[in-house]
Amino acid sequence: MARITFQKLDDHSPLFWGLLALHAIVIAVGLGAVWYMEHHGHIVTGMNNAVVWGTPHVFAVFLIVAASGALNVASISSVFNRLAYKPFARLSGLLAIALLAGGLAVLVLDLGRPERLTVAMTTYNFKSIFSWNIYLYTGFFAIVAVYLFTMMDRGASKNPALNKAAGWFAFVWRLALTTGTGSIFGFLIARELYDSALMAPLFIAASFLYGLAFTVLVLFTMCRETRQALLSEEMVSSFRGLLVIFALAVLYFTIVFHLTNLYAAEHWKAEMFILRDGGIYTLLFWVGHILVGLLMPTAILLYAGTTSGKAMMSERRALTIASVLALIGGMSFMYSTIIGGQAYPLDLFPGKEVSSSFLDGQVSAYAPSLPEVLLGLAGVSIAMLIVGVALKVMPFLPKGVEYDS
Amino acid sequence: MSCGDTKAGSCGGGCGCASKAGAGEALNLTGGSGVDAARRFFLKSASAFTTLALAPGVTLMAFAESTPASARPADQPVSSKNRWGLLIDAGKCADGCNDCVTACSTENGWASPVKHPATDAQWIRKLTVRDPKNGSSYSLPMMCQHCAEPPCVDVCPTGASFKRADGIVLVDRHICIGCRYCMMACPYKARSFVHEPLHDQKEHAPRGKGCVESCTMCVHRVDKGETPACVEACAKAGHNAMIFGDLNDPSSEIAKRVATYRTTRIRDDLGTDPGVYYQNI
Ligand code: SF4
Ligand code: SF4
Repeated sequence: MARITFQKLDDHSPLFWGLLALHAIVIAVGLGAVWYMEHHGHIVTGMNNAVVWGTPHVFAVFLIVAASGALNVASISSVFNRLAYKPFARLSGLLAIALLAGGLAVLVLDLGRPERLTVAMTTYNFKSIFSWNIYLYTGFFAIVAVYLFTMMDRGASKNPALNKAAGWFAFVWRLALTTGTGSIFGFLIARELYDSALMAPLFIAASFLYGLAFTVLVLFTMCRETRQALLSEEMVSSFRGLLVIFALAVLYFTIVFHLTNLYAAEHWKAEMFILRDGGIYTLLFWVGHILVGLLMPTAILLYAGTTSGKAMMSERRALTIASVLALIGGMSFMYSTIIGGQAYPLDLFPGKEVSSSFLDGQVSAYAPSLPEVLLGLAGVSIAMLIVGVALKVMPFLPKGVEYDS
Repeated sequence: MSCGDTKAGSCGGGCGCASKAGAGEALNLTGGSGVDAARRFFLKSASAFTTLALAPGVTLMAFAESTPASARPADQPVSSKNRWGLLIDAGKCADGCNDCVTACSTENGWASPVKHPATDAQWIRKLTVRDPKNGSSYSLPMMCQHCAEPPCVDVCPTGASFKRADGIVLVDRHICIGCRYCMMACPYKARSFVHEPLHDQKEHAPRGKGCVESCTMCVHRVDKGETPACVEACAKAGHNAMIFGDLNDPSSEIAKRVATYRTTRIRDDLGTDPGVYYQNI
């Protein structure tokens, strides 16, 4: 196979600077929102004593889950030896680091006492899955950095065994990371909608889907920026196939997750809340997660592979649209799972009706406030800004074929 | 002074940090220095002096009283020989009576009646439980159940949530980072997050914006051999629906009653092993 050559971004279009500036502004606004929330306390958010994790957590968990999935392409190339994916392995590693950084930033900035981060870093409770996650996250940064080094360093890249070892290690680590993230919810015995061992595999499948969607979108944006076809038609087809498989995997685990919950008589009411009676959460589940996030992308991608589909739109366009839809679905999934799971009241006295001044027994009201949304968006922008700057200073992108036009 | 705003050891002790030291665990968990300890001592003596000056009669009386039998001397560690608990008789708990709640709020300095039910702190609340099948109902106070297997402690990343050797579950307000994972984990909705800046706190119950808090079983009183404020208020109102005591001491009233009557612990199917027992529910 021909030697792959890589490039830095140098010839900058207004698009590149425009995007960079946009992300910088979103981050600045987000930090302003953080200051506002810290100054006044969480009273200015939509969160309360029942819904304690709000929109920032939706963004944060989404980004962290996507981060581990973004490493897919690199894993496929080094762990499963698929050379065609090699040109995108660097970008995939970079994206993984950037998305994780964005997600963690949101998580930390939403703490009640973010200035005590040092406490969290130095005082551990080893029983807590949260503490384990701190290790999993920092470890992920380090391992992916080493992995990138084995790909990009002149000396190290000549040693395929090294790259393969790092690739394997990163692969195993990212599975652990997503399992850890999923388990944050899985361990909550009291919250009926999270209490399932299937949370972890569901999150892993979701991470594949969202990670790949992010990778595809960044790649296509960079095609515009460099005015090169960075991926061949075959690659576009491969990505299309992968995205379909991942979407179907998420669908499968979603179905199994809810079926097993429905089967357990004690979770019946809680399940009915998400699936039928939950208002916005039900809507986001069916329309956002299932329809927009899974069924529509699958349909579009499958159709794009047929002759009539090809006549209607290019595969690239289909892939772009499907990726955007998958990400919208991902946010809906996170929102209905994270917020919906808290809005549903705790069952203190099974079979009885309870009421109190603390709103026991009621579905909790939650509406995202503007500062929360701004903080969440800032997390996405942090990830994208890291990617943009990194592409400029180091050769992460493969050299592609110049467009004719 | 807001405990959440200051360094370890500079609070009055009710946040759990001093109690934690008493439990014989790591004394200097967050690096509270000797200076802090000295300052605490100074603050305490200063407040004692003020009390003496303001209310000599009361203070003298308190001094004249000998230490109650079950009081833990300040230099003795908390012991796992004790397992403090509560027994609540829903049959005696009067519908509409809120005395325990008021007493707790007065004792610990959180506002009651609440203005914002969704966001205000509520260390204890009255629950009305109704059976939809026959319409019968009863009411009972609900607070931290001081679980022997507390999920809140298991999940807390920093160890700010902790259980004393004598079974009392507390939050060390100096190292709580406000992640609210404990609130997600607690099956009883027992914890509150401080959503707004606070003023006028009690010395023995420091609180802080951005931290999580819950019922302390009035640890500052228990350590002096007294009973929690809610129990005292319930007795004062003549209801006697709450008993406080040592579940590990077979001669205590609470242990005897738990051994004699059919009692229930809420959601003990979850394996939390609560220290709060209910009767007649
Ligand atoms: S009732 Fe909740 S806060 Fe109290 S010890 Fe049990 S889990 Fe922790
Ligand atoms: S909010 Fe505080 S006490 Fe609760 S889990 Fe987080 S650090 Fe621990």
